[in-house]
Amino acid sequence: MQLGPLDAATSIASALLRALASLVRLALRTPAGRIGLPLVVLHVVLALFGQALAPYPPTQFHIEDHQLEGPSLQFLLGTDQFGRDVLSRVMSGATSLISVAAAGALLGIALGTVVGMSSGYKGGRTDEVVMRVMDAMMSFPSLLIALLVLTSLGPNPINIAGTIGIVFIAPVARVMRSSTLAVKSLEFVDAARLRGEPNVYIIFREILPNTLPVLAVEASVRFSYSILLVASLGFLGLGVQPPSSDWGLMISESRIFITGAPWVALAPAAAVASLVIGVNLLADGIKQARELPKREA
Amino acid sequence: MTRFLVRRISLIVVTLLVVSTAIFAITEILPGDVAQMVMGQGATEQNLKHIRETLGLDRPAPVRYLDWIGGVVRGDMGHSFVQKIPVTEVIEPRLANSLILAAFAFLVAVPSAVAIGVWMGVRQGSKTDHAVSVGSLVAISLPEFVTGVLLIIVFSSFLGWLPSSSAILPGTSPLTRPLILVLPTLTLTGVLFAYIMRMTRANVIEVLNTQYVRTAVLKGLPMRRVLLRHVVPNAMLPTISVIAVNMGWMLGGLIIVENVFAYPGLGQLLLTAINTRDVPLLQTLALIIAGTYALSNLVADLSYGALDPRIRLT
Repeated sequence: MQLGPLDAATSIASALLRALASLVRLALRTPAGRIGLPLVVLHVVLALFGQALAPYPPTQFHIEDHQLEGPSLQFLLGTDQFGRDVLSRVMSGATSLISVAAAGALLGIALGTVVGMSSGYKGGRTDEVVMRVMDAMMSFPSLLIALLVLTSLGPNPINIAGTIGIVFIAPVARVMRSSTLAVKSLEFVDAARLRGEPNVYIIFREILPNTLPVLAVEASVRFSYSILLVASLGFLGLGVQPPSSDWGLMISESRIFITGAPWVALAPAAAVASLVIGVNLLADGIKQARELPKREA
Repeated sequence: MTRFLVRRISLIVVTLLVVSTAIFAITEILPGDVAQMVMGQGATEQNLKHIRETLGLDRPAPVRYLDWIGGVVRGDMGHSFVQKIPVTEVIEPRLANSLILAAFAFLVAVPSAVAIGVWMGVRQGSKTDHAVSVGSLVAISLPEFVTGVLLIIVFSSFLGWLPSSSAILPGTSPLTRPLILVLPTLTLTGVLFAYIMRMTRANVIEVLNTQYVRTAVLKGLPMRRVLLRHVVPNAMLPTISVIAVNMGWMLGGLIIVENVFAYPGLGQLLLTAINTRDVPLLQTLALIIAGTYALSNLVADLSYGALDPRIRLT
């Protein structure tokens, strides 16, 4: 059976989709997952429709009369230093954060999976060299790499996602390599090899499906790290550029008047917190559910 | 053992060389002209040319790189472009400040996290255990800038107990105003505590289920002795590697926390160096961070061998 790079890509994509479906099923079996999943779904809905549902345009100024107002019926979460509605800004900030974080995490997971699995399957000297390179990549805090790369290339969504993707290659590759090593000595892999299947087929159609549980856990961990990174970069001024709303940047700008108007910081802080807590609870739920005995469906 | 040390230390040197080349390459393509930054907007072409010559920027990049590396080996980190004094002088007070902050966070987080982790492992499944588990998950989830801002809102805005900014005059030590250290330390401690506590708890639970612990309990040893002699030493092994990995996290955390609280440490200096394109300063800072990270990993491996005689370091 002949397989090109396109087939590899589609089989990774379908594997990821299947992983996602099994994630949801697993998550609902534990209390952590039952709290985490709705939180994540809420944020995904915000990311998709937040801007449309927001009561005001996020960049609309009410400078004359409503600067730094506390929460009221007119502005449910108060207004910021330019009289912009904090609720609307928080609601429309989800889109950029979640899409950039998800794109970065997906890129890293895909690249890391390909690198880790090929290296583990190939073995020998290649594997040794690839893993040393991965070690070197991991010997540097990811926030520092992201800071340096983004200041030199400029902080736009594509660069941010790309940087996160590259930073995530090494940790994902390590995990996927070790689970490939565990699977590749099994009999069905030998059978495929004796049938004369090409390596690409064996890696993606025989080994990959058997590493899905590991991949699922690793993916959920990567998503939460990715959100943390994007939010932190936003806080340091390397996220989505103003006047678009970015939760990290909102918090950073609100520090000057935090004693007088804490609501401006509180709302985006709660938004970031609930998103990451949701993703982590979901990941934790999946991990716990995997350790529970399998229930007959 | 000697062979192990030699191999690991040479690996660290190689890593640092690679890192330094990478940093140099990245800073080469940083947008913005250093000479323009130093002179300001009103500089004439003549001035800019002069500045480039005095800073040595007119020479080709490889020459400058070798020159810099040669200096680093001799302990000369070069001069800061912006402050015009040796980089070591710029870094020294900042390094001390960062170390103070990191040391406080470690001293608070590590012992308490190990103690509570062991306790929760023993009381596994109890109500306290569940509450602490949820709490630690929340602590891990929150990025440092969110924790920091929330702490400022509670302790500065509402209660008014602690200062919201940790800025101090240059030349003064943060130790003279201990109150400003409380919130940054707490912020850094949060994540560190949660990670180490969760790891300790998981390991204690694993060790409690082993045969040798069963034997110890059945032969009538008091529980305290079982814990101290058999459980804790064995549970600490993987915990130590988590502590070392967290050094890397903490360096990233320092960058954020120092900027949240305007605390004059390395992290804040790093952002300043990036914003002012102060390349010699930036390179040295990045080397310090990468070096610390690599060294902490080595320390983790060495303590692994010290704690478990079965592990031979080769």
